[in-house]
Amino acid sequence: MIIRKSTDLRYSDVTPKQVYLNRRKFLAAGSAALAAPLVRGNTPLAAAVKSPFSTTEKITPKDLALHYNNYYEFGTGKEDPGRNAPGKLVSIPEWTIRIEGEVAKPRTIDLDALRKIAPMEERIYRHRCVERWSMVFPWIGYSLSALLKQVEPTSKAKYVAFQSYYNSKFELSSFSAGIEFPYVEGLRMDEAMHPLTLLAFGVYGEMLPDQMGAQVRLAVPWKYGYKSIKSIVKIKLVEKEPPTTWNLAAANEYGFYSNVNPEVDHPRWSQKKERRLPELFPRDTIKFNGYGDQVAGMYAGMDLRKYH
Amino acid sequence: MVKKILLSPWTKAVVFALCLVPLAELLWRAYNQDLTANPVEFITHTTGDWTIRFLMITLSVTPLRLLLRQPQLVRFRRMFGLFAFFYAMLHFTTWFCIDKFFDFQEMGKDILKRPFITIGMAALLMLAPLAVTSTNGWVRRLGYRRWQKLHRLIYAIALCGVIHYYWLVKSDIRLPLLYGAIWAALMAARLIEWRRRRVLAPVT
Ligand code: HEM
Repeated sequence: MIIRKSTDLRYSDVTPKQVYLNRRKFLAAGSAALAAPLVRGNTPLAAAVKSPFSTTEKITPKDLALHYNNYYEFGTGKEDPGRNAPGKLVSIPEWTIRIEGEVAKPRTIDLDALRKIAPMEERIYRHRCVERWSMVFPWIGYSLSALLKQVEPTSKAKYVAFQSYYNSKFELSSFSAGIEFPYVEGLRMDEAMHPLTLLAFGVYGEMLPDQMGAQVRLAVPWKYGYKSIKSIVKIKLVEKEPPTTWNLAAANEYGFYSNVNPEVDHPRWSQKKERRLPELFPRDTIKFNGYGDQVAGMYAGMDLRKYH
Repeated sequence: MVKKILLSPWTKAVVFALCLVPLAELLWRAYNQDLTANPVEFITHTTGDWTIRFLMITLSVTPLRLLLRQPQLVRFRRMFGLFAFFYAMLHFTTWFCIDKFFDFQEMGKDILKRPFITIGMAALLMLAPLAVTSTNGWVRRLGYRRWQKLHRLIYAIALCGVIHYYWLVKSDIRLPLLYGAIWAALMAARLIEWRRRRVLAPVT
């Protein structure tokens, strides 16, 4: 198995700078024949800026990342989303995000406008799933704070609630998946405004593939993976802690904060170790997934066992 | 005709080979580096799936034998049971060698602390004596009655397997419930048969 060294060549190096391909215009201009390869989600997306937040660890091979996903709307098996999702989300013609709640300027923003809010950065983040596996992804996007500042949160905005796209026509029912749809997640305001919290539009030098959360998702690297909500269509700033999907499913297993923490076991398994895929043998899990220097301050004085 | 096929040694050989197909597929995927990004999880899940399937197949031999009036089917029961044990051992070994990395202390902690592991381990520990006493020699040594009593443990083992599965899934409980339903149906078939026999049995 060939694993690319992350330090010598980044995905941003191989894509020409400032080539922001706009898929929608491309689609409109092109014929149906042209559109076919584009909806497979391999449209290049360049990141002009490299981020100091990036890790130099080995990036997970793309082929593995595309066929090992938790995206319950497309099936609860790891290989299901890679089989069922491609083409479904990226072909939705008008993707918009509605931002509302405790903000001075509620808005509905389309993807073109969203992409222009801040310069695209490439950020290579560790991603730790609550199921004890981890990967390293070269996300492309910008800090969520850039978007939130645009809508001017009011003083009552204490939390940010997110909602995923959901369409029962081609996605699993809540009954089958065992969790409520549409999927919802939330962050405290300071977490949402933290520069590490990324609004991601792409990965591996391309626009997000469906099974990894097209068209736009979060990457919150110090929290368990399910906090990094996929396929966002709605953001609401609120005063009270919003409900979150996995917490609704099993509150004792999945807390609101869900910070990566080897000291707090999941009731059914220890969180002390993780498997960095595709490695076989586990390695130690680091508190806050190794981002403690940047984020631990936000939780000073908090009982992280209680607020797990 | 059916009876002849069932009694043929060739049939037994073919069934034996079929029971090895899941293992062959696993090895083939391993050879092609096609065990997903998480090979350990994939192997654990595949062997766990086949353990519970073989337990259900073993349990369905007797009801099928009565339903189809093919007593010769019983010739395959021991083989299915042993394959359940075989896949269970592969399942356990994967967990112990790679997940726990031969760490007995960690293993002990998990068995005590994680109910889904506790009950899985209970199932495996009950399965082992059945595998050992599956030979004709042991049937003779124990006497058929006692041997049969001991081997009724399979009902509890399969139920433990279902509970193990139910407890370990994150949210999608469809398959554990399906196996639970299959178990219940196979037990109900036995109850009906026992009832019928008691009614037919001469009163003493
Ligand atoms: C007769 C006994 C057993 C049966 C029938 C059984 C069956 C299963 C099944 C059906 C699965 C789920 C597969 C899937 O999701 O596709 C599973 C997973 C698992 N089993 Fe077992 N099992 C047994 C014994 C054990 C034992 C003895 C252990 C360890 C001590 C064990 C540890 C596990 C683990 C760690 C998983 C994966 C859990 C996860 O991915 O979260 N099992 N088993």
